[in-house]
This record gives sequence, structure tokens and C-alpha cells, in this order.
Amino acid sequence: MQTEKSPSRRGGAVNLILLIFALVALWQVLYWVAGESGLASPLNTIRYTAALVRRDDFAAHLYDTLSAFGIALAISVVMGLLVGFWLGFDRLSGDVFEPMFLSLYAIPKLTLYPILLLAFGLGLPAKVAFGVLHGVIPVILFTFGAVRNTRPILIKTGRVMKLSKSQMVRWILFPAAIPEIFTGLRVGFSLTLIGTLLAEMFASQRGLGYLLMTAIGLHNLQQVTAVTLLIVVFAAAVSSALLWLDRRLHFTGR
Amino acid sequence: MTRLRLYRFAVIAGAIALLEILCLARVIDPITMQAPHLVLRDFLRLLASGRMNAAIVKTMANTVLAFGLAAAAGLLLAVLLQRRRALRMTLDPLFATYYAVPVFAFYPFFIVVFGLGDLPQILIAFMLGVVAVIVNTLNGLDRVPAVLLKTARVLRLGPVETALRVTLPAAAPHIVGGLKLAVAYAFIGIIGSEFILSRGGIGYEINFAYNNFDNAVMYPLILLILLASVAFNSLLSRWERTLHARRGR
Amino acid sequence: MSAGAPASAQPPASAQPPASAEPSASAEPPVTAQASLRNVGKTFAASRERSALHALGPIDLDLKQGEFFAVVGPSGCGKSTLLEIIAGLTAATEGSVEFEGKPVRSDVPEGVGVVFQEDASFPWLTVEDNVAFGLRRTALSGGERERRVRDALGIVGLSDFAGSYPAQLSGGMRQRVCIARTLVTQPRLILLDEPFGALDQQTRLLMGDEVLRLWRETSATVFLITHALDEAAMLADRIGVMSARPGRLKDVVQTGWPRDRDSRVVERPEFGAITARLWHQLREESLKTLGRVDAAPSERSAAAVHVS
Repeated sequence: MQTEKSPSRRGGAVNLILLIFALVALWQVLYWVAGESGLASPLNTIRYTAALVRRDDFAAHLYDTLSAFGIALAISVVMGLLVGFWLGFDRLSGDVFEPMFLSLYAIPKLTLYPILLLAFGLGLPAKVAFGVLHGVIPVILFTFGAVRNTRPILIKTGRVMKLSKSQMVRWILFPAAIPEIFTGLRVGFSLTLIGTLLAEMFASQRGLGYLLMTAIGLHNLQQVTAVTLLIVVFAAAVSSALLWLDRRLHFTGR
Repeated sequence: MTRLRLYRFAVIAGAIALLEILCLARVIDPITMQAPHLVLRDFLRLLASGRMNAAIVKTMANTVLAFGLAAAAGLLLAVLLQRRRALRMTLDPLFATYYAVPVFAFYPFFIVVFGLGDLPQILIAFMLGVVAVIVNTLNGLDRVPAVLLKTARVLRLGPVETALRVTLPAAAPHIVGGLKLAVAYAFIGIIGSEFILSRGGIGYEINFAYNNFDNAVMYPLILLILLASVAFNSLLSRWERTLHARRGR
Repeated sequence: MSAGAPASAQPPASAQPPASAEPSASAEPPVTAQASLRNVGKTFAASRERSALHALGPIDLDLKQGEFFAVVGPSGCGKSTLLEIIAGLTAATEGSVEFEGKPVRSDVPEGVGVVFQEDASFPWLTVEDNVAFGLRRTALSGGERERRVRDALGIVGLSDFAGSYPAQLSGGMRQRVCIARTLVTQPRLILLDEPFGALDQQTRLLMGDEVLRLWRETSATVFLITHALDEAAMLADRIGVMSARPGRLKDVVQTGWPRDRDSRVVERPEFGAITARLWHQLREESLKTLGRVDAAPSERSAAAVHVS
């Protein structure tokens, strides 16, 4: 079979490399235009980052962020799944609450943070609460959707096979819902991270978000660029991996 | 009012009532939050006094500006990308993971590079909104039924006429969906940036009030933001739904 | 009104005059071809999905002015591609196409109307505006435009629904909107690509009568693609039978029906003979197609998703 390599044929990996290369090239060009005081060059940033991660205090900041994020994620997932299932199965509740949760996406939730601070005080609990506020919503909505969108034909099949309620859930409903639930978890992961970082940027004495803010005060271009790079790369890498998994789950046609 | 709306209204009213009771009973102490009726009173007072007018104008102006830029750039880029498959394929991973990356993480970077002013905020808001417009517009353009484009050729319409009279209306529901998201993101971007670090605007005022333990100003402002964002979002959602419904496909 | 002559095998591009010739306004002799195809073929170039595909041809065909010509064939034989080549929506890779003496390439010539299988009504316009859309490009006065729109709506029986939106109508009604939109431009050649494919059988039969009525009233030449043999046999003056891919005209069958006909021709004895003959030819080709695993370049393509 004769095929010419049209652009659409390029593998996903090649695309990605091309994109990264293009972005770094753009960065480099901007650096040449802006000069030393305007921008940190890619190379310098890499060097600085390497030095940064070896600093003692960096490990502490990183731990702070990751622990807040981890706890928030766990709570988001558990709460999200529970509420999502409840809304999915209970017709009335689901219909009533779903649009309300949807509209939460449009609200600048950062402005709600002071309320959390007042309620929980400065520190970890407020950060976690804020992360949960961001991350729980997509988990709820996608889980809800997964339950509601179960194809009726699958349920009919289960009834024909005379499955009990718990068997239905375990063998049919849950596996059928997994792809969409996973998408919710993936989005929840990213949003929880965003929430945690935002909380740190606003009011915190520790964490990566805090490092970003102090770098402003010190006008430390290197540090700002380095930490931003770390966060962006981490978020992009993990979410890409999750996205890949997500696609595979959907294509196996569960 | 439909039954569902009635229930929602009841839920919200019930939650406010619960808050009211908890505040009055001092379960929630006044330092954390005042009773809802007091918040409402302060809200009306604040608006009437006009103290916040400058901040409101600043925030709104920046939001509109950021939205306008995101919408214009987003639409143009979407149209461009629809024709350049290679470029679109290359950018695809970027679009897919875009909203997983904390765009706000760039805010300190922009401040250090451009100085503390309106530009970093508008950049953040723009960055948040533009990809939503691009992705949704592309989706809408992809979904224009081939038969409608063929019909345009049978009717011998020129390329511009086809774009304006067939492609655009056909893709309208999705385009409006993208614009709706852009409005929300622009608002979030501006307010959030003002909140983190800024010299003015509503976000800044909330921050200021918080740091000065001024609940009488802070809560009303938060309420204002909530009402504004929900209102705009509802209006645009309704428009989007109408467009989809009329297409009925 | 001549009696229906028994169907007999005709070589393609037959010069036999139609059963009853309508004198046309341009006073051309009735044997003039309105559209003619010479050696037309279509080969799709190789892509990442498949190697080069010889979809169609070579085909020689003359469409006589004012006749009703139907094409039947197995799926994937290139019927829709043939229609699109005649319309100027696709360019033939081999051979030449002429409409009213002028070559047709990749532009739709003036005077040609097309009705597709998929619903092509614009959902954001009312029925009235949809039909009026067909007149966008014409330099007609507002009054004349309105008149034509009203007439077209009347012909297809949608006058009561002028202010409705397509989403509120049934599939058959939406198809009638598309037909009205085509009629309003007063085309001299009307191409119909399985226009009733998405409709149920009863509606199809009724629509068949409608099309015949339109054909008579407008004196246009009609070119219809259908997979329903009875529909072709009932409606057409001549029926082209296409072979399996690459599609060629295996046979052209004359029905010899009078111009003034409707669906009751099915009661005539010749109807059975015609249908039988069509199936005899077609069955062979369909069997060939059935055995094929590879899909033809989709004649319905992405638009298939949007069939109502």
C-alpha cells in the first residue's frame, strides 16, 4: 500500500516533540529580544532550576505543596465519587443540583478563599479546603454524568440475566462508568493542583506558590521563571499521562 | 417557575436561612462572618455609597478588554487552524492539556517582566480565555455538515458569502459556547490577578478588606462577584441553549 | 399519448426521441443533449487511508432535454460521484462533461439544482427564508422574489409552514423545503441524489408523485439517483444501471412511459418486466459488491452523521 507521509500521519510523539521544540525556540527568541533583564534564557533557567531543587528549603516548600495537594486530591476524589453517585442515582437531586454545580465553574473561586481562611485559619486546612473546592466539582459532575449516561440497553441486559442490584452495579454499571469517571478524576487532579497553588499564592508562608510570590518582591527573575517552569512542566506531564490513559480507557470501548 | 427551579430556589433559600440561624446563634462568630441579612444591608449600603465605583469600573473595563482580545484572537486563530491541518496537529497536545496547567502560575512572571500594572492581569485573563474560544470554534467549524457547504456551492455562493451565511450560522452554537467560557475565564483571570497582587479593582478591594478585617466591605464585594458571574453565565448559557435547540439536530 | 413500449435494451447515449417531446422555449430540436459526458472517469488519489481508487468510469452519457433519467446501482459504485461530476461539485479526472454546450469542471453552472439525501435545510432560517435563500444571487425585485417563494412553497405544499423552523418539521417536510429551495431558482437541470433515502416507504411513494408533478410543471431535465428499483422504474423515462466499482453504465433501460404519469404506472404489466430486468442486471453487480470488505470512499462521508 502506497502511502505518503502527510502531516496528519505524524505520530503523536513527533507532534509533541515538535511542539516543545517550537515553544523553547520561541522562548529563546523572546530572550534575545528582551535581553538579560527582561527575560531569563532557557539555558539559564535550567541551570537555576537544577540549583534550586538542591536547596534545603526547596525540599520543604515542595513537600508543603505536595502534601496539601495530596490531601486535597484524596478528599476531592472520595467526596466527588460519593456525591456524584448519589446525584446520579437519585433523579430529583441530580436534576436540581447539576446546574448549580455547573455554574460554580464560572465563579472566580479565589474570592471565596478569604471565607475559608476565616473559617479554618491560616495554614494547611484552608489550603486543602480550597483545593477541594476546585477539584471536587469535576469529579462530581463527571461521575454524575457517567451514571446518568449508562446506556439503557446495558441495564436491560442485566435484568434479562437476572442480576441482583449489587451484581448489576459491580459487573455492569461500574465498569461501564469507569471511562467517564476517570475523565472526571483527571480533570479533578488538574483543578485540585491549580486550587492548591492559588491558595499558596494568596496567603501562605510556605509552598511553591509562596516561592513564586516572594520572587516578585525580590524581583528575582530567575526564581520566578524556574518555579513557574517546574509547575508548568509537572502539571503538563502528569495531565498528558492521564490523558493518554483516559483515551485508552475510552477506546477499549467499555 | 418550573418545579426544578423551585427546588433550587428552596435549596438556596434554605442554605441562607441556615446560615442566618447559625450566625444569630453565634455558632458562627461575627469575626468569621456576619449574618446574611447584615451582609445584604452592607451590600446595599456599599453600592449606594459609590465607594467601589472606581474599582468596579476598572475591573469591568479590564474584563471586557481581555474578553475582546481573547474572542478576536481565538476566532481568527481557529479559522486559521482549521485550514492548516499540520499546524493544528502540532498544537493539539497544547490544547488538550492547556487547562490542566495553572495559568495563574505565570502571573508573578509577568509582573516581574512587565511591572505591576494592568498588562499582566489582562495577559492572564487573555491566556485563560483564548484557548477556550479556539477549541470550541474549531469544534463548531468541524461540525458544519458537509451537505450545507455543498449546498452553498450549488447555490453558487462566493467564499465570503459562504463563510458569513452558511459556515458561521451553522457553527454558531459552539462559537457562542466558547465565548461564554471566555467571558467566565476573563472575569476569573482579572479578579484572581487583582486578588493576588494588584493596585486596584474589585479583587484588590476584597484583598484589602480581608487584610483589614473589614467584613462589612469584604462580604458584600464577594457577594457582588458571585452575583455578577452567575448572572452573565446564565444569560450566555441561555443564549447558547436557544441556538442549540433551534438547530434541533 | 403513446402507449408504453416494451422495455428493450438500448446502447448508452441512445438517439431515440422521448415518448412525448415537450417543445422547449429555446426551440432546440428534441434530440439535443442538455448534458453530455464523454469518457468520464474519476480516480481518487492515494492517501494515508488507502491506495489510489478507481471509483468511476469510463462513462458516456447524454441527458436529453426534458427527460427524466434515473440511475440505479450497488452501493459504492460511484452513483453519487457521477452526480457530483455532472453538477460540477467534483471534477472528473478523465474525460469531459458539458452542460448546455459549455464545459463543466469544478464550479456549479448556472441553471443546475441539486437535492441531496441529507437534510440540507438551514436550521437557523425559517422555511420561507430557506427557500428565499436560493434567490440570493439573482437580480430579482423584492416582489418577484416573494412571488417565486410563495409559488415554490405552494408547489411543495408547505405554505402553512412558511414561518416554521426546520427543526419543527418532519424529515419529509424538510426534504420538501430543500426541493422548494431548488425550484425557486428555476433550474433547467435538477439532480437528485437519493433524496428520499431517509424517508419511510409510504412517504417515498407520495414524494415520487410530487417529483413527477414538478417535473411536468417545470419542464426541467431530471437526473435521479436511487437504490430503489421500483422508484426508478416508476418515475423515469430512462434508467441507467451501473456496475459495481469502478462504476460503468452497464445498461440503459427505456421505460417508454407517457409524460403524464403518476405512481399508478405500477399497475401496468410492463412495470414488472422493467423491474425484473433491472434486478437481473443489478443482482450480479450487488453480489460483487457484497463480497468486498474495503469500504468505498464514502459517498455519504461525514454528513451521514447528520441524517435526520
